[in-house]
Amino acid sequence: MDQIDKLAADVPLLPAATRDAAPARTRRWHIAVFLAPALLVYTALMIVPLADTLRLSLFRSVEHAPVFVGLDNFRVLLTDPRWSLHFWAAFRHNLYFFAFHILLQNPVGIALAALLSLPRLRGQAFYRTAFFLPTMLSFVIVGFTWKLILSPLWGVAPALLGSVGLRGWFHPWLGQEATALTTLALISVWQYVGIPMMLIYAAMLAIPGELIEAAELDGITGFAQFRKIKLPLIWPTVGICSILTFVGNFNAFDLIYTINGANAGPNFATDLLGTFLFRTFFGNQLQLGDPNMGATIATMMFLIILAGVAAYLFGIQTRMRRYAL
Amino acid sequence: MIPARTWPLGRAGVHLVLILYTALCLGPVLLVVMNSFKSRAGIFGAPLSLPNAATFDLIGYKTVLGQGAFLRYFGNSLIVTAGSLAAVLLFGAMAAFALSEYRFRANRLLGLFLALGIMVPIRLGTVAILNMMVAARLVNTHLALILIYTAQGLPIAVFILGEFMQGVSKDLKDAGRIDGLSEYTIFFRLVLPLVRPAVATVAVFTMIPIWNDLWFPLIVAPGEATKTVTLGAQVFIGQFVTNWNAVLAALTLAVLPVLVLYLLFSRQLIRGITAGAVK
Repeated sequence: MDQIDKLAADVPLLPAATRDAAPARTRRWHIAVFLAPALLVYTALMIVPLADTLRLSLFRSVEHAPVFVGLDNFRVLLTDPRWSLHFWAAFRHNLYFFAFHILLQNPVGIALAALLSLPRLRGQAFYRTAFFLPTMLSFVIVGFTWKLILSPLWGVAPALLGSVGLRGWFHPWLGQEATALTTLALISVWQYVGIPMMLIYAAMLAIPGELIEAAELDGITGFAQFRKIKLPLIWPTVGICSILTFVGNFNAFDLIYTINGANAGPNFATDLLGTFLFRTFFGNQLQLGDPNMGATIATMMFLIILAGVAAYLFGIQTRMRRYAL
Repeated sequence: MIPARTWPLGRAGVHLVLILYTALCLGPVLLVVMNSFKSRAGIFGAPLSLPNAATFDLIGYKTVLGQGAFLRYFGNSLIVTAGSLAAVLLFGAMAAFALSEYRFRANRLLGLFLALGIMVPIRLGTVAILNMMVAARLVNTHLALILIYTAQGLPIAVFILGEFMQGVSKDLKDAGRIDGLSEYTIFFRLVLPLVRPAVATVAVFTMIPIWNDLWFPLIVAPGEATKTVTLGAQVFIGQFVTNWNAVLAALTLAVLPVLVLYLLFSRQLIRGITAGAVK
């Protein structure tokens, strides 16, 4: 009792600064304990390697000793034909792969989401589960499955085409230079369309019912309702899906590696920056592994991602109209 | 009451489109599973029909389970996935709690620092990660993969869990503090049980890319003793290209755990995605 009285009497006498600092000091330790493991692992395996990769791109190994060469690796990568031809080809393929995804994945995702979010649709949960299933599978499974289906040996694809009278259309698409990359992009879209579909579906569910009812009272129904009311409200979500796809495309290694190997055949026709990085860094039948050039490619990918994300954040997102719901 | 005319293609048309797309999604997987139970003649003679008495054959599974060391690959995947998952969830939840609960000077900065990992794929640091693992003698160990996947999963886990932890009632935590509970007890006993649904969602999100990854097992742990099932299937199928029974059986075995997990958790996962996006 005595002590409490004393405390109560003491507190107002303390200067404000000490009073605030005292609990903060006792709290500080557990904040550190809570943060330490996550920050430690994340810094050691994500930030440090990333920074080290940027550093390695400025060095070259001469007789097993690292020599600082400034930006010379980048000059070689971008202008020396031994490297630049592969680099620019892979870069072009990446852009094509990305454009293909944006132009196909988003519309299909929007269409499926629009159908799924129709009111009182039966079997909605079943459809949702089915549509998202491919997204759960690994590239290895997806890659081999489609490789088998499209294989001229097995004949599933020709048989299916034959059943609608189009047998003559079949070609070994994965094996031909002109069609291999497009086929891979289609397979990748097949796998990943679930993500835009799900996010857009969620955005559509979030549209308040009164808004739709008001539109209906005004006679806006069906497709016009979708185009004039729902579509403008989901654009920000479509933007997020696009940026996720953009970053994801730089991870697109597994699919190519599984189907066409590290050489991204036929004749490098499906080479993306991911497979190029793997080949360069690890080496293959044609060349020895070169960690410094690998780091240079990784740095270029990092810069491209940064540029893409910045362009989106400052160029597109700020101009996109957002409606408060 | 919403009139039926809001259905753009008519009820039957909508279902037709959805059923066709369902077939496109499930068809390839079903085709592989179905044919894995057939003899070679069955696979090539009638790929689109179910196995029957004449074509039923388990030869593919016998080859895979006999030669492929598939059970060990499963074990490796299980160790790596479970280990990383536990670390991501525990460390992620702790960090999310610190960032959402306390005000301190570096709070915003640390949030941005972690957000960097959401945007930049960890694969870009592979060259340096491999150097580091070689130096630490961690190549071909489970620990190497667990550490990498923990770093990979943490940023998004902290982000999502933080969002949910902000929703936990402040009164409850303050009541705990008045009762003299330590901050650790408040976190483990009060907050963590309340965000369990969010933890489950993050768990599914974290688990799938780890189980499915090919890149890091290929580079950091390609040895026979640490091969994961994704890499194992990749290598195995590459060697048995012409043995279609074995390839189909291996694919089915690799699909199975993901399929079972997905069917068990799909409701949870989809609720998680839709809830997160609505926020």
